Amino acid sequence: MLLTGIAFYIFAAVLVAAAVMVISAKNPVHSVLYLIVCFFNAAGLFVLMGAEFVAMILVIVYVGAVAVLFLFVVMMLDINFQELRQGFLQYLPIGGLIGLVLAIELLLIVGTWVIAPETSAVAAAPSPAIDAVTNTEALGRIMYTQYVYAFQASGLILLVAMIGAIVLTLRSREGVRKQSITQQVQRKREEVLAVRKVPTRGGV
Amino acid sequence: MGEIWTTYGFPGVIIVAQILAVTVPLLIAVAYMVYAERKVLAMMQLRQGPNLVGPWGLLQSFADALKMIGKEMIIPAGANRVVFIFAPVLTMVLALVAWAVIPFDLGWVIADINVGILYLFAISSLGVYGIIMAGWASNSKYAFLGSLRSAAQMVSYEVSIGLVIITVLLCVGSLNLTDIIVAQSGAGGFWGWFFVPLFPMFVIFFISALAETNRAPFDLPEGESELVGGFHTEYSGMTFGLFFLGEYANMILMSAMTTVLFLGGWLPPLEMAPFTWIPGPVWFVLKIAFCLFVFIWVRATLPRYRYDQLMRLGWKVFLPFSLIWVVLTAGVLVAFGWLPD
Repeated sequence: MLLTGIAFYIFAAVLVAAAVMVISAKNPVHSVLYLIVCFFNAAGLFVLMGAEFVAMILVIVYVGAVAVLFLFVVMMLDINFQELRQGFLQYLPIGGLIGLVLAIELLLIVGTWVIAPETSAVAAAPSPAIDAVTNTEALGRIMYTQYVYAFQASGLILLVAMIGAIVLTLRSREGVRKQSITQQVQRKREEVLAVRKVPTRGGV
Repeated sequence: MGEIWTTYGFPGVIIVAQILAVTVPLLIAVAYMVYAERKVLAMMQLRQGPNLVGPWGLLQSFADALKMIGKEMIIPAGANRVVFIFAPVLTMVLALVAWAVIPFDLGWVIADINVGILYLFAISSLGVYGIIMAGWASNSKYAFLGSLRSAAQMVSYEVSIGLVIITVLLCVGSLNLTDIIVAQSGAGGFWGWFFVPLFPMFVIFFISALAETNRAPFDLPEGESELVGGFHTEYSGMTFGLFFLGEYANMILMSAMTTVLFLGGWLPPLEMAPFTWIPGPVWFVLKIAFCLFVFIWVRATLPRYRYDQLMRLGWKVFLPFSLIWVVLTAGVLVAFGWLPD
């Protein structure tokens, strides 16, 4: 238990420190890299709680895919650091407001746990003991039975978002030469190949 | 004090010993992988290959390593120093930590975790960071272009690798690597290994593994004809050496994944006398060596893909095809009642 405690405090401390660095780093690429450190330590905390499936999915989805795209975009931005500093006060009120709303929501959740612990039991499905089933199986059992509509709905939302992104960015440009493999394969020998008898010193 | 030793000290020593028992042979294997690649390529191209350092050139890789350690490590003036140094270290570390879950025989594994295959998938999807960070921190256009190509390529092919893994998991019913291998032992021979019933997925997985490790014919991130050296243009000395080692360690890792998922891990090809005498880890290593040989063989045979063709193959051919195979496999398993419990 001693090691678990030490591991928890290391992960938690690094997580909070990296989260602070995300918003205070001067270079946006460094911010994204610190965000990746955050995800990693969050995954470590999940492992400590015995939720290994969630931890691995967090790393695969957020670190392996989402953060790569972030980094992709941020690296290609041509950033002027002076301009970035100047806009700070202008955006502070709206940013602060969003932060405040999130903080109040968090407080509400934690507050409910403290004031009325029995309310959380109403929403949650009964979870089986950790040694009875693997947590992949436990998640699957809940997700495809009790929460099947929420699961399908979130899938649908993602599908719509995906189609929306493709529709918004798709543009067909005229006059661009593109490879058409069917056309290439269907060429006949007679259309593209001519055998000529070339006389000596005569040329074609 | 004695109690602390028995609860933490002694298990800690055992774990460190296990880690060393895996990584030291792995690093030696990487050195001989480099040698084998040069030798096999040479034979396929009717050349001699390295033959001067040691008998048959066997010590060539160690000579190269010593040379690389002795060279100066140049950091470009405009580079981001911390990220520049960290990128090759990350590549190497990721190639090593993945081996924690690879089972060499029944019970011969450092960490027998329930979500082993997801762990492997997560680690291999992180490999892109080493390259993308190297490209950005170098502050050079060739390195940057190379790393962008590589990032897009690796993210694209991960999708089809994920679907292939799902197909195998449907047949096994567990995410544990040991369970995956044990599930292939039922038929008592190589016809029970998953490369037989899932042959198209085996082919897709292997080709995606080539793309994932940036090997020929998908070695566009370091396409020397257009990008100088690709993402490691600015690297020299041991920082380059770490990228080099990481690339080969990743190849061995991908071969091990192929072996676990499709070639029956440590299982002998036939459950009969002469084959069962050979211990499991030897079979495991032999199968990895076979996969690695195919890696080299492909490099000696095929020309490099063009970038748009590479993307077309990943998104328009592999993705739909593997999706159809996931649905088909699931359908067959449900229809015939073959679903594992």
